[in-house]
Amino acid sequence: MKLKKILPQLLTVLFIILIFGFFTMNAQENMDSRGIQFGFGFLSQEASFDIQFSLIDYDGSHSYARAYLVGLLNTLLVAFIGIILATLLGLVVGIARLSPNYLIRKTASFYIEFFRNIPLLLQIFFWYFAALRALPMPQDATLLLGSSFMTIKGLFTPAPIWTNFDVFFITLIVAIILVFFFVKFAKKKQEQEGKQSPVLIISLAIFMGLPLLTFLVGGVDLSFSFPELRKMSQSSYTFDGGMGIPPELIALTLALTLYTATFIAENVRAGIQGIGKGQKEAAASIGLTPSQVLKLVIMPQALRIIIPPTTNQYLNLTKNSSLAAAIAYPDLVLVFAGTAMMQTGKAIEIVGITMATYLTISIAISLLMNWYNQKIAIKEK
Amino acid sequence: MSSDNFNLLKSKFQKSRNFSLTVGSLFFFLGIFDFCLNNFLGTNITSFLPRFINFFTPLIFGVIGLHFIRIEFSGIKILDSLNKNINPSNFNAALSLCIIFLIIFGLPPLLNWFIFDANISGDTKEACTGGGACWVYIKVWFNRFIYGMYPNAEQWRINVTFIAVLAFMAAGFYTPAKFRNYLSLYYTLILPIISFILIYYLISGGSFGLEWVETGAWGGLSLTFIVAFFSLIFCFPIGMMLALGRRSDLPIVKYSSLSFIEFWRGVPLITVLFMSAVMFPMFLPDGTYVDKLIRVVVAITLFEAAYTAEVIRGGLQALPRGQYDAAKSLGMGYWKLHIFVILPQALKLVIPGIANTFLALVKDTPLIFVVGLLEVVGMLNLAKTNPKWLGFSMEGYVFAGIIFWIICYSMSKYSQKLELKYKTDR
Repeated sequence: MKLKKILPQLLTVLFIILIFGFFTMNAQENMDSRGIQFGFGFLSQEASFDIQFSLIDYDGSHSYARAYLVGLLNTLLVAFIGIILATLLGLVVGIARLSPNYLIRKTASFYIEFFRNIPLLLQIFFWYFAALRALPMPQDATLLLGSSFMTIKGLFTPAPIWTNFDVFFITLIVAIILVFFFVKFAKKKQEQEGKQSPVLIISLAIFMGLPLLTFLVGGVDLSFSFPELRKMSQSSYTFDGGMGIPPELIALTLALTLYTATFIAENVRAGIQGIGKGQKEAAASIGLTPSQVLKLVIMPQALRIIIPPTTNQYLNLTKNSSLAAAIAYPDLVLVFAGTAMMQTGKAIEIVGITMATYLTISIAISLLMNWYNQKIAIKEK
Repeated sequence: MSSDNFNLLKSKFQKSRNFSLTVGSLFFFLGIFDFCLNNFLGTNITSFLPRFINFFTPLIFGVIGLHFIRIEFSGIKILDSLNKNINPSNFNAALSLCIIFLIIFGLPPLLNWFIFDANISGDTKEACTGGGACWVYIKVWFNRFIYGMYPNAEQWRINVTFIAVLAFMAAGFYTPAKFRNYLSLYYTLILPIISFILIYYLISGGSFGLEWVETGAWGGLSLTFIVAFFSLIFCFPIGMMLALGRRSDLPIVKYSSLSFIEFWRGVPLITVLFMSAVMFPMFLPDGTYVDKLIRVVVAITLFEAAYTAEVIRGGLQALPRGQYDAAKSLGMGYWKLHIFVILPQALKLVIPGIANTFLALVKDTPLIFVVGLLEVVGMLNLAKTNPKWLGFSMEGYVFAGIIFWIICYSMSKYSQKLELKYKTDR
């Protein structure tokens, strides 16, 4: 009996040791014969390559570690924007999928069936190489919304220039905390006294009013620098000032959002459909309007069904953002596993670090969503 | 009696109904007419209004029209279903109108590009004179998109192999009842071996008087199928073992399976392919060379096996405890219990999930461009840079999109059908 339990485990251990031992031995031998040293010392060396798009200060004189940070931040930026946009779009499409309106319903399901069945890489290529390449050159671009330019070289928008930004930022955080406590207080009041407070209006007032107040008393000021056309050479133009969003970022975000939103929409639909019809009818019979039924009765329950699979989609989106490498958006894979590896030749260390980073991000997101899921789960007595 | 009353009511009602119908459809068609004029002729009949209102006049007219048309129980069948389906409220009316306008706005240019202005005859770039799509490009490159750089004269070998493999796959469906029990063995063991032999000797060649074609020349859609086929076949048994391992009582087996699964699920496929391309050769004894294609298939297999394992685990968990207890009470051991009782039921439950994993796998295959293998999308990017055929990337991506869409859509429909079929069983 005991042997039956020990033997398979022993075999597993042996198998793992054998494989790892075989690989490390070979790696050791190979590196010795090629004169490569294993180690992470290269991280502090000068990277000496440029990165097109960076959120922090970076140029060739910075270290590899800094280049890694630039890549990581770019990955997180795409993932963050993508998650927010995909959630919004997915929510709208998912609800639209169940609309009583035939046209809306069909449009939503057409969108879902269309975008989820085409490989993401193909979509990224399509947006980047075909759709965005059809945009005008900088000198021919027309004005969008009075101050932005959509060109083949990307989107150029006015850039905000802040004075005393920290004051504004701190006030914003204070406002969010205040709103949080106010909502809690209003809920408690409603539970105890049965009185409803106009939560939305007051929270909006706090959220907008307090930061705006700093313009009057805190010495905060905001002005914009507008993009202006400048001639670089005979036939090439560029924009000065303003904020330039590279076409790679636009194509990647667009593709990731449109692709992932289809899956989130299906989750939302399944979640709403998973709530019994009785809930909807009961809510309607006590006089709630259709939008109130959705907001107060269906959604809070549906969220419990929606969140676990949607967490998976967030993870997928983050991992899929690595496809950026295919269109040369400087994300973690391109900057670090691409350029940095070509230069240093430290294949094992760099691929290892890259994989470890993605693993950490994945685990962090799933922990966060698990925590949220537990918070909204039905508390059984 | 009642029908008299009803008629009385109806005649009164009919007048106002007809009136609002007339007014409503007048406004509705005015809106559509206004939009069409704006869109196709560039003239604006309401240009005397301020610009902001002017822009929305078609919508405003349309919503007013639909508001009048919205008559409950009008007695006209078509109108009632129209009201119920596209016009239940003012808000929905506005949304419906937006979609109608979008179709009027988007469909004609799309059709023009696809069909009316497109060129299909001829075989040079100069044949493309219309403003629409240049399907000549697809026609000329079609062979490359399907077979990659495989020599033209040898392409029959790929065709024969695919037909043979399909025939062997279909053979499973028509086996006599006597051999039914060996079907799973056939699909998990014998079929992969047969297909591997076929692909090795026919597509790769090198013996029986067939010319040797190295894997670097393989490509196009056929490569997509080869990679997807082998990865699917291999990831299934590995995923099954991992799923069983994860649910095992033995801590070492359990946690090593768990960490294996979580590792592959936590990293993007592109880094796995990077690993197989640049890191894996370092882990092999000096001088051994593993073919690129094999490395890619191994990498994708391990990656997808982790996902398959999670899907199968879902099926294992869904089985009621009684099944385990009943099998154990008959004196079945671990393997007997799983092979004859648990797995047949669990696998049936997870067929849709497996189909979804396979769908994801097919959609992931274009990523193999990372290691320099060019399937359809890779071939497109190559063709796009050909100096003779510059500027047709749109046609190429649309073509590949249609191919992938047909494959994936039919697969997802099939898996939904399977899901429904097996739902009723339980």
